Amino acid sequence: MQDSLKPSSYQQLEQKSKYTNIFLRWFLYFILIIFASYFIFPLYVMVVTSLKTMEEIRQGTLLSWPSGLNLDSWAVAWGGRGYGAGDTFLRPYFWNSIKMVVPAVFFSTFIGAMAGYVLTKWRFKGDKWVFLFLLFGCFIPYQAILLPMARTLGVLGISNSVIGLVLVHTVYGIPFTTLFFRNFYVSIPTELVKAARIDGAGFFKIFFRILLPISAPIIVVTIIWQFTQIWNDFLFGSTFSFGEAAPIQVALNNMVLSSTSVKEYNVDMASAIIAGIPTLIVYVLAGKYFIRGLTSGAVKG
Amino acid sequence: MFKWLEKNLPKIVMAPAVGLIGWFVYGFVLWTLYISFTNSKILPKYELWGFGQYEKLWASRKWLISVDNLLVFTVLFLIFCIVIGIILAIFLDQKIRAEGVLRTIYLYPMALSFIVTGTAWKWILNPTLGIQKMFIDWGFENFTFDWLVNREMAIYTIVIAGVWQSAGFVMALFLAGLRSVEDEIVKAAKIDGAGLFTVYWRILLPMMRPVFFTSFVILVHISIKSYDLIVALTQGGPGISTTMPALYMTQTAFHKSQVGLSAASAMMMFMAVAAVIIPYLYSELRRENAR
Repeated sequence: MQDSLKPSSYQQLEQKSKYTNIFLRWFLYFILIIFASYFIFPLYVMVVTSLKTMEEIRQGTLLSWPSGLNLDSWAVAWGGRGYGAGDTFLRPYFWNSIKMVVPAVFFSTFIGAMAGYVLTKWRFKGDKWVFLFLLFGCFIPYQAILLPMARTLGVLGISNSVIGLVLVHTVYGIPFTTLFFRNFYVSIPTELVKAARIDGAGFFKIFFRILLPISAPIIVVTIIWQFTQIWNDFLFGSTFSFGEAAPIQVALNNMVLSSTSVKEYNVDMASAIIAGIPTLIVYVLAGKYFIRGLTSGAVKG
Repeated sequence: MFKWLEKNLPKIVMAPAVGLIGWFVYGFVLWTLYISFTNSKILPKYELWGFGQYEKLWASRKWLISVDNLLVFTVLFLIFCIVIGIILAIFLDQKIRAEGVLRTIYLYPMALSFIVTGTAWKWILNPTLGIQKMFIDWGFENFTFDWLVNREMAIYTIVIAGVWQSAGFVMALFLAGLRSVEDEIVKAAKIDGAGLFTVYWRILLPMMRPVFFTSFVILVHISIKSYDLIVALTQGGPGISTTMPALYMTQTAFHKSQVGLSAASAMMMFMAVAAVIIPYLYSELRRENAR
């Protein structure tokens, strides 16, 4: 509406800046798409390679399209070739990972929720230090605990077992889960809890009746975070388990590294996708919560 | 008795978390520290031996290469992740169409394990059938890209894969930071005649100082701990040219059975992380207290 008041030279100037703007916008999209292709490139290569035969792989290039929907290498990666000894495939290790992830996520989330609840709603002297004490556990390089952990698992008789890995992942997940719940409950007015306490509600009643019903978002964030971390773990898995008790990432690595006969890249890629697909699905379906966990797992407060 | 229980219930509920972390984090770190001062080989010995393991460590060529690689990797990893992350965040902040889709694409590597992505990159970078062959087939007959099997260059393939995995994360941090700035500030600057470039360079990016700080801490932390990616991509090779401290530690402990020496290397890693994290936690805590 102010345009009519402007002198014509000003309009020309604006016209010109409009063209540069259009140009800049195209440039913007161009750069964004270039980066998008850089990020999507490995996933694309993985998928098309897994659908090719070895013959096609040798003849074509990384980018070339597969001749058809050839799922043979997926079947081999998942269920093997069916010749007994030395035939490694992912199915049993996939279940190992599931058996490891479900209890570890459950226990670490529960303990973290309780700790976050106490640290914010039942504050005591020195609670800030207790929080800091727990928080530091998010950052330690796990190399500093590998040796005693290996011995402890041995003493407990659970080294090289799924139970051992559940223990390890539960323990080292607690700092993160506590952080998530603590930061969430801090933002919930304490008056709510105080009023309930005056009404005679006890510790657990307040938690289950008042806090738990509104905790859904942070529970989702925590579960997704823990699931992704534990599913993707390699250090603990490869240090504390081998052979039949190994989780899927360890099995994938062994499969890819084992150099029996000819390297089958299509099977390697199918295996990699199988090992990555659970977390990828969670990410695509619940990206919002994933990002929230990522940023608050990193940025405290 | 019941009264006591009721009064101390919160602390009792808190006890498992504190106990587990106290034992499995602090107790274990102290145990590793103690062992690093002993002459433990396959089995831990408990007689003190002084700084012998640390002397041995810093005289070891492999350890020195590891530290050297870590420095190179960290510097490049930091620069590329932060530069790419900021560019993507600023560009995405321009009311872009399909922002959600692009953001999802930039960030999905974070959902995958380093083993999965390492396997993919290993295949892409392998000289016989990977990128090199692709370019040769396209007609660039003398094109060579053999970094993965080249002693001098292999470390940079780890940078490529590492940046690919983590740059989107920096983007997410900066995008969240930029979005939290009040619109009024930008509007006011534009009324004063500041161009878009000036707005970002002079006003918004300087406001992002805490985000820089956070990204720096997180990325250094990731890079000191990097282990999976190297295992999947190069296993420290060719030779020992891409070893890093985390790999050195596990190899010394579990393949060479030099428990004391590996404890010493673990403590060096611990100190490096602590040197970055403790100031960070301290400043975060102060900020929270000031609030």
